[in-house]
Amino acid sequence: MNFKLRVWRQKNRQSRGKLVVYEARDISPNTSFLEMLDIVNETLLAPGDEPIAFDSDCREGICGTCSLTINGEAHGPDHPAAVCELYMRKFRDGQTIVVEPFRVRSFPIIKDLVIDRSALDRIVQAGGFISARVGSAPEANAIPIPKHDADLSMDAAACIGCGACAAACPNASAMLFTAAKVSHLSLLPQGNPERVTRVLKMVHVMDAEGFGNCTNTYECEAVCPAEISASFIAKLNREYAKARLLASAGD
Amino acid sequence: MIGTLEAKIPSGPLAGKWTNHKDHSRLISPNNRRKFEIIIVGSGLAGGSAAATLGELGYRVKCFCYQDSPRRAHSIAAQGGINAAKNYQNDGDSVYRLFHDTIKGGDFRSREANVYRLAEVSTNIIDQCVAQGVPFAREYSGLLANRSFGGAQVSRTFYARGQTGQQLLLGCYQALCRQIAAGSVEMFPQTEMLDLVIVDGHAKGIVTRSLRSGKIDKHAADAVVLATGGYGNVFYLSTNARGCNVTATYRAFKKGALFANPCFTQIHPTCIPVSGEHQSKLTLMSESLRNDGRVWVPKRKEDRGKPANEIAENERDYYLERKYPSYGNLAPRDISSRAAKEVCDEGRGIGPGGRGVYLDFADAIKRLGENTIRERYGNLFEVYEKITGEDAYKVPMRIYPAVHYTMGGLWVDYDLMSNVPGLFVIGEANFSDHGANRLGASALMQGLADGYFILPYTLPNYLAGQIGKRPSADSPEFQKAEGEVRARVKKMLDVDGKRSLDSIHRELGLLLWDKCGMARNAKGLGEALQKIPELREKFWREVRVPGDGEDFNQSLERAGRVADFLEFAELMCADALARDESSGAHFREEHQTPDGEALRDDENHAAVFAWEFQDDNGQIAPPKLHREPLHFDTVHLTQRSYK
Repeated sequence: MNFKLRVWRQKNRQSRGKLVVYEARDISPNTSFLEMLDIVNETLLAPGDEPIAFDSDCREGICGTCSLTINGEAHGPDHPAAVCELYMRKFRDGQTIVVEPFRVRSFPIIKDLVIDRSALDRIVQAGGFISARVGSAPEANAIPIPKHDADLSMDAAACIGCGACAAACPNASAMLFTAAKVSHLSLLPQGNPERVTRVLKMVHVMDAEGFGNCTNTYECEAVCPAEISASFIAKLNREYAKARLLASAGD
Repeated sequence: MIGTLEAKIPSGPLAGKWTNHKDHSRLISPNNRRKFEIIIVGSGLAGGSAAATLGELGYRVKCFCYQDSPRRAHSIAAQGGINAAKNYQNDGDSVYRLFHDTIKGGDFRSREANVYRLAEVSTNIIDQCVAQGVPFAREYSGLLANRSFGGAQVSRTFYARGQTGQQLLLGCYQALCRQIAAGSVEMFPQTEMLDLVIVDGHAKGIVTRSLRSGKIDKHAADAVVLATGGYGNVFYLSTNARGCNVTATYRAFKKGALFANPCFTQIHPTCIPVSGEHQSKLTLMSESLRNDGRVWVPKRKEDRGKPANEIAENERDYYLERKYPSYGNLAPRDISSRAAKEVCDEGRGIGPGGRGVYLDFADAIKRLGENTIRERYGNLFEVYEKITGEDAYKVPMRIYPAVHYTMGGLWVDYDLMSNVPGLFVIGEANFSDHGANRLGASALMQGLADGYFILPYTLPNYLAGQIGKRPSADSPEFQKAEGEVRARVKKMLDVDGKRSLDSIHRELGLLLWDKCGMARNAKGLGEALQKIPELREKFWREVRVPGDGEDFNQSLERAGRVADFLEFAELMCADALARDESSGAHFREEHQTPDGEALRDDENHAAVFAWEFQDDNGQIAPPKLHREPLHFDTVHLTQRSYK
């Protein structure tokens, strides 16, 4: 298969970027999208061009490193999947493909298609954890957890932290990401003691990092490689409202 | 050689060694802990859990990872589960049995005392993870669920769907985040360790390069902990993440740390077969699939082109069930991989190139219904479909072995300290617990055991004698190491040849897969030892590394890693040649039983092979072998049998 690529090139955060055209030739339909970029990068070597910088690591959809917007869609057309799980058989021969980074103000571009998502780490640092000192843990089966709750918690915990939700959202909201962590922990009895402070702190940092608010467009859910349900955002809102009430009542 | 090759196993009966050791280890008082700076390289299960735990105890921790966030370390990709001797299933499990299975699974090439301790703390790990909010699978009673795994006859594996590694890593990432917020851990993402600094014979710091800015920095500390994972990517194609590398441990090796058993590399039996030459990695299908999937190939060569459903039941060879009736499809990894290679070598392999076997779920779907299978393995079936375009609910999966895990690593004593005082090595990066073959669901167990429960007790043993001995990062040893790192970066950029990094790395990988893969022999290893230096020369003559050093430059990062793999490969082959026996994953064709199983030589090779780097005027000389004899006082040395 052959493709025409229009790829975002940008030297660093300060400089201006632009779309540059490249050809990808003789690509097998069983090549992954990132392997196709590897091949294009090899062809750039001979003329002495710098290869296209893009992020990836596990290349099996779990580490959340890859972060491309393809033809305007975060992670490309094959949902639910991260870009690294996207295969060229999903494109038409001869198709023009536009490749850009995730575009979110809170994810500044480092180079070409590589972005800085440390804002997501800071949201977790604000309170996305259960304080359980090593040595203090009770026997694991001491607190039974209904299977339904454990399963729902796992649904939320499956988030891979890629940031596609924010990239797809017209408001650049990271609410699906934050909601997933808040829900994962608040659905478990172990998460209860810090439930109120957790949601307040995480939402505060989420806002301070410059992410927008949710206006129910559901684009986040549509592109999420881990299929996190947008209903967790409703849960986040409930958790937040309850926490505000409790906090204002001095609880 | 720096230090000694003394394992420092505590005395007394096996079951009491760890307790006894903890009772008599030195302590650091809470007021003094903040005076110590600890460097931890790597933020996976081992590094992340160690950083979080030491930070919580009050040490000042600096944690480094090459990924853009510690949450992305490759532990995240582990699918199947984590073992623990909880005996929640009442099926006869115990600490002793987990210990015994691990020693036997490792084909009697690991230390009894280390493995016993691992089994002992395994139960604490589950408690800790549940307390952190890891959403393990549960039964309708609300109690924790278990599944069985290769090499065991009990159900002791805890899991979170097919994403156990992810959930355990996020648990420890969150604990780490808490410490980062508290200021006890300083995190350095996108930062790679390029050298170890030794001052007066002790590991006292590292030199790093920021992958974002290209800036080279020196960091001094009271102790250095390497938790940098395995070296499977030396084969180019493996199930490891693209960034996994040997650089940190290999740099430490060049500075005097001993590298143990580098030839023990695990080839995982259930991966998606290679589809084309530009493939950049191989994807694992969790071993847990072998609980319900049946492995087979056609009995006759002529049938290998036929669609699976046209091959009648009596025309199929369920070779694992046939050869290993008591373990069947759950035979250990090394044995299952080799059996797959054997049937493909006989010309009965299926799929493109004839390098594949079927993993068939038809019987399980008939017995349990598609929904149950979907609930157990749904996400794995989806991954399989994305990559191959095939629906495994309808046609059997195609699988083939691929490089997955490395049992070898830097040599450590019972305290997880290398022969270089102050240099600790944990997780996959050390050699300690899995012998010649790791059992499924034991890597996660070891990583977390080391980080949460072992290092926090053993590190103070060293630190107690080190108060006030942290050197300045401007001392001559640091200056020298920094100079060397800068020179090496420049040298790589200056080659300015024509060949791409990947092409050289791929060539190395094919050579190793061929000569030092699932089966090895003296002749092949000899050839590899001749070809590797040639390839290395080619690299330094012909490679092209575009861009410059003072910038975000992914080619330069990879070039450094490939250069180290090109040296490390030689060490691996030298070890494989010196280990003139078959044991576990190391199968020397010269040494096999009449029915083709690994034949150990306990008289001469029941030992850890620890290699010391030798320098010949700036050139690499053949490494020097040191042996640590292994003693089996509790487990009887037997021919491993899963029949």
